[in-house]
Order: sequence, then C-alpha cells, then structure tokens
Amino acid sequence: MNRRYSWFNITSLTLGFAFLYIPMIILVIYSFNASKLVTVWAGFSTRWYGELFQNEAFLDAAWVTLKVGLASSTLATVLGTMAAYVMVRSGRFMGRTLFSGMIYAPLVMPEVITGLSLLLLFISIGLDRGVLTIILAHTTFSMCYVSVVVSSRLASFDQSLEEAALDLGCTPFDAFRSVTLPIITPAVLSGWLLAFTLSLDDLVIASFTSGPSATTLPIKIFSAVRLGVSPEINALSTILISIVTFGVISASLISKRAIARQRREEQEALQV
Amino acid sequence: MAFDSGSAAFAPWEDPGQKPLISFKSVTKRFGNFTAIDNLTLDIFEKEFFALLGPSGCGKTTLMRMLAGFEAPSEGTIMLDGQDIGPIPPNKRAVNMMFQSYALFPHLSVADNIAFGLKRSDMPKSEIAGRVEEMLSLVQLSQFASRRPHQISGGQRQRVALARSLAKAPKLLLLDEPLGALDKKLRQETQFELMDIQEKTGTTFVIVTHDQEEAMTVASRIAVVNHGKLVQVAPPDRIYEAPNSIYVADFIGDVNIIKGLAKPESDNRYAIQWCENHAPIIGTSQHAFASDDICHFAIRPEKVSITRDRPTDRTNTMQGKVLEIAYLGNISTYHVELPTGQVIKAQQANNRRISRRSFTWHDSVWLSFTDTAGVLLSQ
Ligand SMILES: Nc1ncnc2c1ncn2[C@@H]1O[C@H](COP(=O)(O)OP(=O)(O)OP(=O)(O)O)[C@@H](O)[C@H]1O
Ligand SMILES: [Mg+2]
Repeated sequence: MNRRYSWFNITSLTLGFAFLYIPMIILVIYSFNASKLVTVWAGFSTRWYGELFQNEAFLDAAWVTLKVGLASSTLATVLGTMAAYVMVRSGRFMGRTLFSGMIYAPLVMPEVITGLSLLLLFISIGLDRGVLTIILAHTTFSMCYVSVVVSSRLASFDQSLEEAALDLGCTPFDAFRSVTLPIITPAVLSGWLLAFTLSLDDLVIASFTSGPSATTLPIKIFSAVRLGVSPEINALSTILISIVTFGVISASLISKRAIARQRREEQEALQV
Repeated sequence: MAFDSGSAAFAPWEDPGQKPLISFKSVTKRFGNFTAIDNLTLDIFEKEFFALLGPSGCGKTTLMRMLAGFEAPSEGTIMLDGQDIGPIPPNKRAVNMMFQSYALFPHLSVADNIAFGLKRSDMPKSEIAGRVEEMLSLVQLSQFASRRPHQISGGQRQRVALARSLAKAPKLLLLDEPLGALDKKLRQETQFELMDIQEKTGTTFVIVTHDQEEAMTVASRIAVVNHGKLVQVAPPDRIYEAPNSIYVADFIGDVNIIKGLAKPESDNRYAIQWCENHAPIIGTSQHAFASDDICHFAIRPEKVSITRDRPTDRTNTMQGKVLEIAYLGNISTYHVELPTGQVIKAQQANNRRISRRSFTWHDSVWLSFTDTAGVLLSQ
C-alpha cells in the first residue's frame, strides 16, 4: 500500500515525539559535556562517566538498586504468575470478582498510599528498613503488573492441554511445569522485565521503605539534584535511560514475537 | 460383531454373571441449570468397542470427560472395575482420552508428544523410544517425528493425538471423534487398525463418532444418545434392524415411516391401516399393540423392491410414480409418490449400467415388501 503522509500528520508526529523526548535528549547530550557547568556546552567528553565510577555513594546505590530489581522482579514474577493462574483457572467461586479486583487495585492505588502503608507495616512488625524492605515493597506493587500480563496470556490458553497432560499421568504441578509454563514463558518473561524496570524507576515507594543502610539510585539522584544538578547525575541518568529502554524494547519484542507465533500456529491449526 | 470368533459370539452384556468394566449408576450432570446428562444408567464391558452416537450437543463429550475425570457427576456414581472413581484424579485413572480438539502440546515435537505419557509411566527409559517408533509407524507418521504440531496437517495432527492416547496401552481408551478429519480411505484403514489393536491388546474402547457407518463397522455395541439420555443401546445389527423408536430408526440410516392403526391378526402379525382406500400393510412386531393403537411402520429403503409389474409373491404391494432418482454409484434411491401423496424411498443396486436402467422419472412402478421387512414402533 502506498500511503502518503500529509504535512499535518508529520507535524503532529514530530511535535508529539519532541515533547516526549527532547528533555531526555538534552540530558543525554549534556552528560557528554566537558564543562562542570551543566548549562554551558564546552565540548565532548566522557569525563563525568569516569568520575561517576569513582563515586562510592552512587556505586553503592546502583548496587542496591540492581539487587532490589533482580530480587523483587523475580519474586513478583513467581507470585504474580501464581495469582494469575489461580484467577484464570479456578473458574467461578464466591467472591471471585472481589478477589481479582483486590489483585488489580494496587495498579491504580496512589503510590504514596502503598508506600505509606508498607512503611507502617514494617514499623509495626519491627522490620529494620533496608534492602529487604525495599525488595518486599517492590514485589508487592510490581506483582500486580506481572499478574495482568500473565493472566491475559492464560485467558487465551487452551485448557484442554492441561487436561491432556493430567490424562497422560501428570500431577497438576507437573502439568503446570511441563506444559503450561513452557507455553506461557514469553508472557512470564515480559512480566519479569516489566517488574524489573518498574523497580529501577521507583522513587516514591522506595523512599518510604528504604533506610539509612540502603538507598536506591532514584533516591540518590533525587537528593543529589536538590543540591544542584551535576553533570555526573546526567551521566548516571543516561545509563539508566539506556537500561530501561533496553528492558522495555526487549519486553515488547518478546511478547510481540510470541503473539505473532501464536497467531501463526492458531491459523495453521484452523487450516484443517 | 467384528469379534465373533469361533462359535461363541462376543456378547458379555447378555450374560448376567459378567461384571461390567464401567458402570454408570443413575448419573446426572448439570452445568448450572442445564442438564447435560440425565439420569443415565449404563454398563460397558471389558474388551468392548462401545460407540456413542448422537446429535451435536447431546452430551457425548461430557460422558467421556466424566470417565476421564475432568467432570464430576452432579448425581450418581461411576464405577470402573467395581471401584467408585469419583474421588480418583485423572492422572491416577487407567484411562486415556483422545480429545476432540486433539490438545497436542505445541511446544513439543510429534515424537515428544507421543512419549509424554510414557515418560510418566513406569516404562523403562530404554523402551520408550522403541514404543514411540512403533506408534509413529502405526499412524504412518514416522517421517514427521521431529515436526511440531503446527507444522503438520489437520489429519496428521489427529493421528498424532490418536497415537499419543494409544501409546500407554490403557485399560480404557476414550476416543472423541478420532477419525473425523481423515479421508475415507485412511479412515477405513485406521478403523481396521483400531479393531486390530483392540483385538491384540484387549483394551476397552469408548468412541464418539458422527459417522454411523463408522460406528457400524467398529462397534460391538452402539448407544444412541439424545438430550443426555440413552435412547437405545444395542449391537449395530439390532440398532439397524430393530430400532426401538422412530428417533433411532431415523437417526441411523434412511427409513420410511408410515403411520397407521394397528389391527392384531394372529400371533405377532398385524394389519396396519394407514389409508382409507388402500389395503392395510401386513407386518410383524415383537412387542404387542392393542387394537386401534397408533403405530408407525418403519421400513428401510433397501428392503422395498421396485418393479414395473405387480409382484405376485409379496405380502405388501403399492403402486406409485417415480418422483426423483438419487444416483449414488453402487445404488440408486428412488423416491416414489403414492396416490395418497406420501413419498416412499426404495433402493436398488445398480448392477446394470445407467443407460440400461429400467425406470425413469414419472414412470408408474410397483413397490413391494415382505411382512417381516419392517418394524412396528409405538413412538
Ligand atoms: N463446561 C460447560 N458448561 C456449560 N455447559 C456445558 C459445558 N460443557 C458442555 N456443556 C453443554 O452440555 C451439552 C453437551 O455437551 P457435549 O460437549 O457433551 O456435547 P457433544 O455431544 O460432545 O457434542 P458434539 O457432537 O458437538 O461434540 C451441550 O449443550 C453443551 O453446551
Ligand atoms: Mg463432543
């Protein structure tokens, strides 16, 4: 199809993308600025990246963020997949709507409230705030995202496959492990990536649940910026942007490819 | 009927001392307030090839799923080998099912699909490959062993599903429309293959089919199901020759139904008054009708002969005009209109070439049949 784009279309597209990405592009450009003054361009340099890797406080925060991200996204994936499985498979039971509503509610709950309630919980059970509490908090809020992603895949999953597995001698767990899981793996993976990027991004919930012993990168950046923007922060942000971009792109590629393959297989299955 | 070996015919259902392998005891299955299976009682015996026949949505798959363990009866019990299987989960039942939708595992190759159940059985690892080979060659798919299900055709998929359910050689095998997607030749081959397997392994088969010819070929008994109820359970020849209701007579094969009033003559002979100014039909019936009972005389088209002149040696004769001729190759079906307006179908083997056929449209012909050719049905 030879479709021509009108000037109007091109203009609105450009405007939209400019609105979205100019701030980030400026940030990335200035991260390569040789000058210490953030707003004055003084030639290209990777100096700030070098300095960044000398900065113990930032490195510590980065390490905490990575640990939290990996641990919480893995936990959230396990819990979210389980929740999705139960929701889709259990059929109708008393209070099903309430239960599924409760799983999805944290999606729309203001983060401040989630953070605050978690803080109160940790204080009341006497859990010292640190890496562990951030992991728990991130697991809590990202698991609903995972369960949304996984349950939409499970909804289109042919249940007779599981029945066939049971029929051939699998225990229900074995059927899940050797039939269901391999088939829904793409959805589980993209759920994991989503949870991981959410955890990297999070400032609000982390600031409620982190303690003096452990700070995440977003918190570090935020507090550093309050004392004035430094080129180091630009460099750090650039790195973060690339990680998140990579995560989001691979998540969408994984799920897109899986959907395309599923479509193809279904279509072929129909051509009996 | 395919199992008649030697003198003793295979008919365990007629022997009251025989213990059934499967026994449905007043089983009812409801989905919400819809009754899919309605107070059904049925015994199926070991080594039977039991066919379920019925219109779409009558509950055949539901019956199978209860045997496999995917649905629990709302009421009643199902016994397998004298044991109530209600509390036994599907993976612990010595039952395998071939799904109507095949349910092949898309992430596994054809060979791995077939090996799936074997790997979870107590078969030694070393024997699994051999068994898979055997199954693949049985369904003629050896060269497709490493393909994925989406890389093979619909009929091939159906055969993989069949091989997968056969692989474990279960005590009871449930086949939900196992041969629907196969062409006629392959279907017949597979039917005989199934009967062969049945004879070799002594497996009990319960098979759902929409193809009555298939049911006739393979089954030891056929159950005609309608609205979740059994209408008749009998060997194929009984179902065909002695249907117990108009429904069964009509569902299996082609039939002419003539409604009339029964006039008992002698023993089990009846004169059926079906038309004011026509001689009554003389027929016989195993079960009794009182005088003037409404009855339906059912006769198969192939039992009605069609001739140009009035035959002298037949009990029943009637004259009519050829309305339509359906040429089916080996046989032709003639639709003959009687003076009363009723249309009777008569079938004749085409043992002559079509150009030399004796009747054509609008010819006046005589229909005739003997007094034992049809059955009398009350409803
Ligand atoms: N899980 C279910 N929930 C509600 N109704 C159901 C369910 N399963 C089956 N039914 C209904 O029960 C009836 C019997 O279904 P079943 O699948 O046994 O039919 P069938 O005889 O196998 O038909 P077909 O020949 O088309 O496969 C149908 O009317 C169907 O709509
Ligand atoms: Mg069915």
